[in-house]
Amino acid sequence: MFAFISLLIFLCMAILMVRLFAGPTLYDRVLALNTFGSCTVLLIGSVGFLFGRPDFLDIALLYALINFVGTIAVLKFFRYRRLGDAPEDAEAVMAPPPEEPKT
Amino acid sequence: MLTLIVDILSWACFIVGGFFLFIGSLGMVRLVDFWARLHAASIIDSAGIGLILFGLMLQGGFTLITAKLVLIVLFLFITGPTASHAVANAAFMSGSRPHDMVEDVTDTDQPKEAKKKASKTRKSTGSKKS
Repeated sequence: MFAFISLLIFLCMAILMVRLFAGPTLYDRVLALNTFGSCTVLLIGSVGFLFGRPDFLDIALLYALINFVGTIAVLKFFRYRRLGDAPEDAEAVMAPPPEEPKT
Repeated sequence: MLTLIVDILSWACFIVGGFFLFIGSLGMVRLVDFWARLHAASIIDSAGIGLILFGLMLQGGFTLITAKLVLIVLFLFITGPTASHAVANAAFMSGSRPHDMVEDVTDTDQPKEAKKKASKTRKSTGSKKS
């Protein structure tokens, strides 16, 4: 049972990898990365059940936290080009971000 | 007897959840543009995760494991839509629009350069995909 669902999650992550590499824009990649992280949480949980060590769920919970914070951090970095402090001028906030590099 | 019922229920959850997971990940690859792929991502974030973690909860029984799984479900159900909204909002602010949108009535206070850029990218993606 757990082997079946782990393999299925692994297959879905392999399919998501295509979009992660081939996404035409930055936002496609960030969305695929967020979904990939959610699938990773599921995979850690089901693999923990598969090996009879459900303590892996702690790691899954931690991964869910880090995944959310990481997504927001990537978006904030590509919007403001800095992570630590708030931007000084409102003009930089409303301006569209610079051109993404062509892939 | 009870074990058999729980096993059947969690098999059903796993199969239906795995089906939604597969459909969602196929949609992430096959759909045409970012705004369509958001739907596929939300299928994985709601139906796939909810059903599979519910199946794991049934296997866990009334223990600490189920409490941790409930925490994970609660957390993912709060942060998943938030992250999706953040990504969609960032894409919207950068001037991306659906590729087959006829008239841009969504924003009235955006700078003109972003609108021009949006129409340019719209044309390019439309010609590429179709």
